[in-house]
Amino acid sequence: MSSINDFVVRFANVNGTGSASANSLFAKSIFRMGVPVSAKNIFPSNIQGLPTWYEVRVSEKGYLGRKNGIDLMVSVNPQSLKKDIASVRPGGYFVYDSTKKLYEEFLREDINFIGIPLMDICNREFSDPRQKQLFKNIVYVGALAKLLDISFEEIEKLLSEQFKGKEKLVIPNVKALNLGGDYIAENFDYPLDFRVERRDLVKDWILIDGNAAAGLGAVYGGASVVSWYPITPSTSLVSSFEKYANKLRKDPETGKNSFSVVQSEDELSAIGMAIGANWNGARAFTATSGPGLSLMNEFLGLAYYSEIPVVLADVQRSGPSTGMPTRTQQSDLLMAAYASHGDTKHVLLLPSTPTECFEMMADAFDLAEQLQTPVLFMTDLDLGMNEHMCPPFKWDDNRKYNRGKVLNAEELEAAQDWGRYKDVDGDGIPYRTLPGTHPTKGAYFTRGSSHDEKAAYSEDSDTYVRIMNRLKKKLETAKTLVPGPEFYQENNESEIGVIFFGTSRYAAEEALDIMRADGLKIDAMRLKAFPFCKEVEDFIDAHKQVFVVEQNRDAQMRTLLINELEVNPKKLIRVLNFDGTPITADLIIEPISALNLQSI
Amino acid sequence: MSYIKPKFEHPRAPKNALGYTRKEYEGSLSTLCAGCGHDSISAAIVDACFELSIEPHRVAKLSGIGCSSKTPAYFLNNSHGFNSVHGRMPSVATGANLANRDLVYLGVSGDGDSASIGFGQFAHVIRRNLNMTYIVMNNGCYGLTKGQDSATADQGSVSKAGSVNNFEGIDMCAIAIELGATFVAQSFSGDKGQLIPLIKAALSHSGFSLINVVSPCVTFNNNPGSTKSYDYVREHNEALSSLDFVPVKEEITTEYDEIDVKMVEMHDGTFIKLNKLHQGFDPQDKLSIINALQVARQKDEILTGLLYLDTESVELNDLIGTVNKPLNSLTEKELCPGSEVLEKINAGLR
Ligand SMILES: Cc1ncc(C[n+]2csc(CCOP(=O)(O)OP(=O)(O)O)c2C)c(N)n1
Ligand code: SF4
Ligand SMILES: [Mg+2]
Repeated sequence: MSSINDFVVRFANVNGTGSASANSLFAKSIFRMGVPVSAKNIFPSNIQGLPTWYEVRVSEKGYLGRKNGIDLMVSVNPQSLKKDIASVRPGGYFVYDSTKKLYEEFLREDINFIGIPLMDICNREFSDPRQKQLFKNIVYVGALAKLLDISFEEIEKLLSEQFKGKEKLVIPNVKALNLGGDYIAENFDYPLDFRVERRDLVKDWILIDGNAAAGLGAVYGGASVVSWYPITPSTSLVSSFEKYANKLRKDPETGKNSFSVVQSEDELSAIGMAIGANWNGARAFTATSGPGLSLMNEFLGLAYYSEIPVVLADVQRSGPSTGMPTRTQQSDLLMAAYASHGDTKHVLLLPSTPTECFEMMADAFDLAEQLQTPVLFMTDLDLGMNEHMCPPFKWDDNRKYNRGKVLNAEELEAAQDWGRYKDVDGDGIPYRTLPGTHPTKGAYFTRGSSHDEKAAYSEDSDTYVRIMNRLKKKLETAKTLVPGPEFYQENNESEIGVIFFGTSRYAAEEALDIMRADGLKIDAMRLKAFPFCKEVEDFIDAHKQVFVVEQNRDAQMRTLLINELEVNPKKLIRVLNFDGTPITADLIIEPISALNLQSI
Repeated sequence: MSYIKPKFEHPRAPKNALGYTRKEYEGSLSTLCAGCGHDSISAAIVDACFELSIEPHRVAKLSGIGCSSKTPAYFLNNSHGFNSVHGRMPSVATGANLANRDLVYLGVSGDGDSASIGFGQFAHVIRRNLNMTYIVMNNGCYGLTKGQDSATADQGSVSKAGSVNNFEGIDMCAIAIELGATFVAQSFSGDKGQLIPLIKAALSHSGFSLINVVSPCVTFNNNPGSTKSYDYVREHNEALSSLDFVPVKEEITTEYDEIDVKMVEMHDGTFIKLNKLHQGFDPQDKLSIINALQVARQKDEILTGLLYLDTESVELNDLIGTVNKPLNSLTEKELCPGSEVLEKINAGLR
C-alpha cells in the first residue's frame, strides 16, 4: 500500500539524551516541505533516564489529531524495545540501532526491520564523547530523510538557522545527517512506499505550542505583572511571557522592565499577587495546572465576591492528585467553573489552537476587566506543550484595551453618590476605583465578607441576597461578552449533534470528515467559553441526540451543560477519552456510528 | 465596641503640612472589644500618618483575617483598603506594590494570620524585601475564633481557661531578622510614645518594615499567667532605646553627639534618633541584635524599640529591575509590541 503524505512515525527515546531537538528537526522539515504535520511528546515525569516518545503524524488532508497505528518506529531506547516493536502496525517499519543485535524473541515476521549501527557510526566518525551520543539522533534523522524522501536541503537550512552565530556546529551536524542518509542508500531500498512529497498545503501557517502562544498573547494583551509557581505543563507559558517580555518590553531609555515576573512560594501566593496587582489596576495573571488550581480556590472566591479581575491560565493534566502529571486531560472543568466555597461561577475560555491561545489570552484581560471577575483560560498539556500547525497571529494596531468601568479622578469628582457595588447600568457590573486616584473620593474597603452597595460590611440578609443576585446577573452579562461557539454547518441538517471543545477539535473534525464522507450527516458545535450563551442552548434544543466529546472520565462538560441549561441528561451522550493521550478520531466515530446504525 | 478617637473636632484642631487635621486620617467606629490592644495601634497609625503628612489616598492598607485584620476599617478612611483572606495579605500586598510602586503600603495582621496559616507568605514577603510596613498585632491567641493559643504564645503561658501552652513560641522579630528583613521593631500597644515614632520610621523605610506589637486581647488572653497580658508586658518590657523620628529639614544639634545617642539616616533623608542605647547593642549590627534577642528570651524580657535597620536596603521592584513608572499607568503604547513585530514573530515560526 503506497501512501503519500499520510503516515505516523514514532520515536522511542531516553529522556534527556538530546533527542527532542533532532525529532522536532524531523517534524519541521516536513512542515517546510509544505505538508501538514503534527507532533506530540509523550514523556514521563522525569528529567533523565525514563522512556519518552515523540509521535509525528503527517497528513495531506491536514488532520492534526493523534491517530492510532504506527507506520514507522524509530527505536533508540532498549528499555522499551519489546513494547515498541509490538506497537508497529503489520507491514510497518522498525528502525533501530543495530550496533547490538535484537533479541530473537522480539522479532516479528509481519514488519520490516531496518538496522542502522548508530553507535558504531558515531564512535567511528566523532571523537568528542558528547558528540558521539548527540549525533546518533542526527544520524537517524538523516536515515529517515532518505527513507521518507524528505529534502536534505530543508534540513540543512533548518540546521543553519538553529545554529546561527555558531556556524561551526553546522558542519558536524550536516556530516551526521549525511552519514545516516548514506547508510540507507548503501544498504536498503528507498524511499519507502509511504513518504513525503512537497506540497503547498501549509500556506502562511506557523508551528508553535500553545503555551508559547499564550505567553505572547499575554504580552500583547498588556499583562504587566505575572506571579506563578512552577508546575508542568504550565511552566513554559510563563517562560514564554518572560522571554517575549524581555525582548519586547524593555524601557528604551533605562533598559528596565515594563513588567514584573515573580516566582511565588506557592499557588496561594501566586493567585494572591495576581489579584493584588489587578486590584491596583495592572493587568496580571498566573498560570498553573490542576494541583495549583485546587490551592487557588479560596482566593478565586474572594476575587469573585469582591469583584476583582484576574486571569488564570490552567494548563490541564491528568488528575486527580498528582495523577499522570505529564499526560493530557480536560478534567478541571467543574472545579474551574465553580471554584471556591459558596455560590460562585467563573468565566472559562476554551482555546483549541495556538492561534486561539494567543487571541484568547489577550482577550482574557479585556473580559476580566470588563466583568471585574476571574477569567480562567483552560488549555491542556496537549495544546500547551506540543507544537501545532496553526494560522499566523494577527493584531489590530487600532485595538484599545478594554479596561472596563474604572473611574478616574475627574469622573469621581463629578460622580454623584458613587458606590463600589452599585449596579448603575443594569448589567450587573459596578464601577470600580483604583487606590491613589482621588484625595477624598472613591476610597472603599475591599472585603470577602458580606457588603452592601457602598462596600460597607453588612450582615443584613436582604443586602446579602441583593448583592448575590446582582453577581448572578453579571454572569448573565458575561454570556453576551464571551466568544460564542463555532458551528460546522450553516443550518442544522441532522437530528444528531456533536459538541466538543479545546484539543478534541482535531480528532472531532477528522471524525466529522470521515463520517460525512460515509454519508453520515451530523451537526457539530465547538464550545469556546463558559457560561454558555444562547446559541449553545439552541443547538442542543435543535437536536434529538447530542454527543459530548471530552477528555475526562466523568463527562464534566456534559455535567456543566445539564446543570446550566437544564438539558435532559438522556439527551447528552458521553464520548470520553481519559487515558492521558490525546483523543483520536476513531474514538469519536465509533459511538456515533453505532447509534446511527441502531436508528436506521 | 470602643471609640478610638473623639468624634468632635475642634475648629482650631492642629493641621499638618498638607493642611489636614487628624480627622482626615481616622477611620470608622471600631467594633473591637473595649480595651483591645489593637485599637491603640490603630490610633497610633492615625497619629503617625497625620504627623508624617502622608496623603491618605496615597496609602493602601491591607490585612488578612482576624480581629487585628479588621482594623484597617478603623483608620485612614480616605485610603483604599483590602481585607483579603486568612494569612494571605502578603501576596496581595506584593501584587499591589508591583502594580504601583508609588503608593505607601501598610499591612496589618495578627499572630494567627502571620505566624500560623500565613507563616509561609510572611517569610517570603520578607525575603523579597517588599516595600511595605507590616504590623503584627500580636496577642498570642486567635481573638476572632475565641482565644485559642496561637503560634506566638510563649511556652508555659497560661490561657484564660487555665491550660498551659506546651509548644515553643515563634519570635516574629528574630525570625524576620533571620529571613533578611531590613527594618525590624518591636513594641507594645500600651506604649504610644514608642510606637508612633516607630511607625513613622517604618513608613519612611524603603523595603520591608516589620513592627511586631504586643497587643493584649482583653477578652481571651489578659489573665494572670498569660505572657501577652497588659500586666506581664509592662513588667517585662525592656526598651532597647527610645526613639525620635526627625524629619529631613529639622536641624541636627550638637546634642546628638552624645555617646548614648545614635543618628541613623533613612533612605528618604529623614533621620531616626536613638536615645539611651542599650549596652553592647547596635541596631545596624545584626549579630548584636540576634544575641540580644536570645539573651532576652532566657531572661523572660520583651525587648522593644528599633531592633534592626539596614539602610542599604534594596526593595523588590529595584531588585527585579522594574521601571520607575508604576506599571498600572502604562498604556497600549508601552505594553503592546504591535502588528509589525508580530509579523516578524510569525515569520520565525515558519
Ligand atoms: C481559611 C480560614 N481558616 C480559618 C478561619 C477562621 N479564623 C478567622 S480569624 C482566625 C484567627 C485570627 O487570629 P489572629 O490573626 O491572631 O487575629 P486576632 O483575632 O487575634 O487579632 C481564624 C482561625 C478563616 N477565616 N479562614
Ligand atoms: S477578642 Fe480579643 S483581639 Fe478580638 S477584639 Fe476582643 S479583645 Fe481584641
Ligand atoms: Mg491574635
